[in-house]
Amino acid sequence: MEQIIQQMVNGVSLGSIYALIALGYTMVYGIIKLINFAHGDIYMVGAYIGFFLTTYLSIGFFPALILSMIICSLLGVIIEKVAYKPMRNSTRIAALITAISVSLFLQYGMMYFVGPETRTYPNILPNSQIKLFGTEAVIDIKNIYILVVTIVLMVLLQYVIYRTKTGKAMRAVALDRDASELMGIDMNKTISYTFAIGSALAGAAGVLVGTYYNTINPLMGAVPGLKAFIAAVIGGIGYIPGAVFGGFFLGITETTVSAFGGSLYKDAVAFAILIVVLLVRPNGIFGSNTKEKV
Amino acid sequence: MLELKNLNVFYGGIHALKDVSFKVNSGEIVTLIGSNGAGKTTSLRTISGLEKAKSGEIIYEGQDILKKSASEIVKMGISHVPEGRRVFSTMSVLENIELGAYTRNDKDQIKKDIKHVFELFPILYERRSQNAINLSGGEQQMLVTGRALLSRPKLLLLDEPSMGLAPIIVNEIFEIIKNINKEGTTVLLVEQNAKMALQSADRAYIITNGKIELEGTAAELLDNDLVKKAYLGG
Ligand SMILES: Nc1ncnc2c1ncn2[C@@H]1O[C@H](COP(=O)(O)OP(=O)(O)OP(=O)(O)O)[C@@H](O)[C@H]1O
Ligand SMILES: [Mg+2]
Repeated sequence: MEQIIQQMVNGVSLGSIYALIALGYTMVYGIIKLINFAHGDIYMVGAYIGFFLTTYLSIGFFPALILSMIICSLLGVIIEKVAYKPMRNSTRIAALITAISVSLFLQYGMMYFVGPETRTYPNILPNSQIKLFGTEAVIDIKNIYILVVTIVLMVLLQYVIYRTKTGKAMRAVALDRDASELMGIDMNKTISYTFAIGSALAGAAGVLVGTYYNTINPLMGAVPGLKAFIAAVIGGIGYIPGAVFGGFFLGITETTVSAFGGSLYKDAVAFAILIVVLLVRPNGIFGSNTKEKV
Repeated sequence: MLELKNLNVFYGGIHALKDVSFKVNSGEIVTLIGSNGAGKTTSLRTISGLEKAKSGEIIYEGQDILKKSASEIVKMGISHVPEGRRVFSTMSVLENIELGAYTRNDKDQIKKDIKHVFELFPILYERRSQNAINLSGGEQQMLVTGRALLSRPKLLLLDEPSMGLAPIIVNEIFEIIKNINKEGTTVLLVEQNAKMALQSADRAYIITNGKIELEGTAAELLDNDLVKKAYLGG
C-alpha cells in the first residue's frame, strides 16, 4: 500500500513536469502547426538558469523560478522570430528540420558555455518529509512544491487563455487563421505570445526538475522533450487539456512500470502507448476532426 | 470609396486576377458575379490583405492599401465576411461576436454594438452561449455577419452569403444586407446567385476567368441577354 502511494506521488511529480512541457508543444502546434522540437531544450535552458541563479547568486526557489520563466519566454520569442518566422510559408518538413537544428544549437551551444558535465542543484527547498495521514507513506515536501506550482501555473494559463483578449486571439488563430486575420488579430504578436507562454512553462519545468532530481546536463531536454511530445499527442495535439492529461497519464504510467521492476522498459512503454493511441485514435484521445473540417 | 486598378494576382503559376478594375461608391451595394473559379473570392481576399497582388492598386478613401496588413485594413473600416462562413467553431456565439471587436477598445460602445447585433439577429441572442459549430448554416451566416459589423465597418465585403442555404433563409439574409446598407454601410457583395444579388444591388460587375467582362447598373444587367443566358437560367 505505502509502496503504491509512494509511486503515485512520484508519478504525479513526473507527470507535472511532462504536462508543463507538453503544454508548450501543444500551444505552438495549435497556432502554427509546427512541432517545435527545440521545446525540450528550452526546458534544459530553464534548468540551467535556475541552477546559476540559485548557486552563484544564492537566489531562493520562487524568485529563481520566476526569473527563469521570464528569460525562457524571451528566448522562445527570439527563437521564433529568428528561426521559425522566416520559414512560415515554407513546407512543414523544412520547418521541422529548422526546429531540429535549433534544438541541436541549444544543446551544443549550452555545452560550449557550461561544459558537458552534470551539475548538481543546491538544496533550495526545505528538506522535510511529511507522513500521509493514516498510512506509513512519507512524501518529500518537494513533491508538494512541484504539484502546487504546476497547478497554479495551469490555473493562470487557463485564465490567460479564456479570459484575456490575447488568450482569445490565440484560440481564434488556432481555430481559423484567416478568419482571425479578418478580425484584425495581429498574427505576429499572437504567435510571439504563444511562444512566450509555452517557453515560460518549459522554463518552470526545468527549475522544478533541477530542484527535484538535483542533477542537470546540457542534453537533459532531449528525452523529456520527446516524452512531453508523446504526452501532447496522446491527449490530442493542439488541445490544451489533452496535454495536461497526457502528461500526468504518462508520468504515472512510467513510475508504475518502474515500480513493478520494469524501469528498463519505461521509455519503451511510453512509445508503445503512443503507438496504440495513434492506431486507435489517430487524433489523440481527446482530439477531434472538427478543426480540420472547418 | 474603393477602387481597384489593374489588379493582378497569382497563385504560383495560376493567374487568378487579370487586370481587374472596378469601383464601389460610398453608400452603394455593388455585386461581383461570376461562376466557380472566376476570381471573386480572390478579389475580396486581396482587398482585405489576405492575398498579395503582383501589380495594380487598391485605393480606399484616397489611400493605396495594397501593402497594408489585414489588421490595418480592418482598422481602416473594411470588414470581410469570408466564403464558407468560418465561425470559430468551439467558441461560443458571444465570443465569436466579441472577436469582431478585437481592434477596438471602447468597451461601453462595444457593449451597445453587441446589443444592436442581437437586435438584428434575435436568434443569436438566444444561442449566445452555445458553441458556434452547433448553429445551423443560416444562423452561422448571421453570426459571421454580426461579427463583421462589430469592427464598425464603412465597407462590408460579403463572400457568397447565400451559399448552401434554403431559399427562405437566403431571402432573410438579403433583407438583412439591405438593412445594413440602409444604416450607412457600403456593401461589396460576391455572389453566384445572380438573380438575388442583382435584385438587391445598385450596380454590378461580371467576372469570368479572372477578368471583368461586363459592368452596369443592376437593372441593366438583369435585362442583359448575355447575363440572362449565363447567370439567370435563360
Ligand atoms: N489558395 C489557392 N491556391 C491556388 N490556386 C487558387 C487558390 N485559391 C484560388 N485559386 C485559383 O484561383 C482562381 C480563382 O479562385 P477564386 O476562389 O477566387 O474563385 P471564386 O470566383 O471565388 O470561385 P467560387 O465561386 O468557387 O468560390 C481559381 O482558378 C482557383 O482555382
Ligand atoms: Mg469563392
